[in-house]
Amino acid sequence: MWRQGEAGPVKLLSSEVFYVAAGLGLIAVAVRLLRRAGTDGWTGVLFYGLLGLIFCLGPHLPSEWVGGMVVALVLVLTRGQIKPPVPAAAETEFRRTSAARLGHRLLVPALLIPLVVLSAGWLLPRIRGEGWRMVDTKEANQVALGLGCLAGLVAAMRITRAGPRTAVDEGGRLLLTVGWALILPQVLAGLGGIFARAGIGELISQGIGAILPMQWAWIAVVAYCGGMAMFTVVMGNAFAAFPVMTLGIGLPFIVRQHGGDPAIMSVFGMLSGYCGTLMTPMAANFNLVPALLLELEDRRAVIKAQVPFALALWTFNVLAMGLLVFRR
Amino acid sequence: MALVGILVMVVGLMLRWNTLLVVVLAGFATGLGAGFSIREILGLLGSFFVENRFMSLPVVLLLPAIGLLERFGLQERAAGLISGVSHATAGRVMWVYQALRQAGSMVGLTIGGHAAMVRPLVAPMAEALAQTGRAPLPRQLSHRIRAHAAAAENWGNFFADDILVAIGPVLLMKGVLESAGVSVGVVELGLWGLPTAAMALLLAAWRFRLLDRDIARWRASGSPTECGAKEKQAP
Repeated sequence: MWRQGEAGPVKLLSSEVFYVAAGLGLIAVAVRLLRRAGTDGWTGVLFYGLLGLIFCLGPHLPSEWVGGMVVALVLVLTRGQIKPPVPAAAETEFRRTSAARLGHRLLVPALLIPLVVLSAGWLLPRIRGEGWRMVDTKEANQVALGLGCLAGLVAAMRITRAGPRTAVDEGGRLLLTVGWALILPQVLAGLGGIFARAGIGELISQGIGAILPMQWAWIAVVAYCGGMAMFTVVMGNAFAAFPVMTLGIGLPFIVRQHGGDPAIMSVFGMLSGYCGTLMTPMAANFNLVPALLLELEDRRAVIKAQVPFALALWTFNVLAMGLLVFRR
Repeated sequence: MALVGILVMVVGLMLRWNTLLVVVLAGFATGLGAGFSIREILGLLGSFFVENRFMSLPVVLLLPAIGLLERFGLQERAAGLISGVSHATAGRVMWVYQALRQAGSMVGLTIGGHAAMVRPLVAPMAEALAQTGRAPLPRQLSHRIRAHAAAAENWGNFFADDILVAIGPVLLMKGVLESAGVSVGVVELGLWGLPTAAMALLLAAWRFRLLDRDIARWRASGSPTECGAKEKQAP
């Protein structure tokens, strides 16, 4: 676990440890699925096995290889399906009696996880000395999350007296429920990277700037907030939209042409982008993965629940920016 | 030429192809359109996939613990726990969760998550409150409640970011503005987030109240099936 950062001090605990742990967990699920490969097919085995390998070895492989493996993952999924497990009727009864037997103790691990995540996230970056530190500040969140999950798992296994095999099977059950959408956020990040490298954002912001009559300050505000939301819908990520829209529309028109305040503009612009995040399947980790995790038949159900809120809040952001940004 | 990727995405999603396939094809179309080699495109896909493993980490690492606890009745326990609280309704529980989530993210703390809190605790609590003393919830209503629980997590997560302690977006904003030669203060950037944070709580109260009203309507009506029909007509 001793890793030497490129230029900084030695860090004792790297987030890579937890990626390897996650990868091993995925491989364990693939191995358990082998038993059912005869009836359920090989899709799940290949998918989780390959994904586990990428989690473990990703940073040590040439990135073209990983890209090839990602394409292979997608091809595996187009050939077959990952079948979510069907809950047995006896399970419901077991859960009810066990809930009565274990009582509040069941809540302990569930609350322990956030507690450990919070305290480790606060504490770990502060443990450091001359030439060494416990964690890299940038990785503190992931390390804290990993420790929290580990603590939660140990506590859960102690309280339920279940073995590691049950833990893998139960984790696997939920993993199969999420299915292929698990990797969608990561693949979308790749698409975002390609978009950024190809200069898609500049094309869009130049297009908007050329078409709309920006001599009216309010039009510039609507164009900027609308651009943030729309570009976020396409990219699934407001952080990706922000530099493009701010450099392409915000700064030239709202700040330079109309004398708006850059801080106010940026904040309401970013928040307009978040409203876009609420409305797009491209933000898979916020909108699609939860829908699958909550076993909703309609994969768009979370988005549908969010749209009226998102539109109302977007309108609020536009009005607030328009009223506040030019006040100086 | 690079815009051809967006076209691929729109067409693919309209034809309801597998989303992953559409995304990968759109990536290749964009890259080829912009004159990248296949090798470069694969390299970009690979490096971003590895760099963004953190996106899947909260799901993969949490699931064994959550799955185990669920197997032994965590959801049932959470439901039992909240049923004793007077004046609690599905909508109010979700609103309180969102408020706590916002309070946390105001100071840069991440408490919550779809796998850690919504599936094991928030959604079962809300569903239990909706059906107290009644027949099982109609599937449509139960799924709507769950979708709102996921929404509460997202709303709470997004709209109070970094107001008091700057970590993520505020530093990004500052960096982008500075790259263009505009300097702004971190504190200022944080505090201007307050109006929207307050508005998000108000709007959430509106959405959750509507949901509670529909739940109350179902509880008042006799048969669950009848309400299932009403559900469909509601916009």
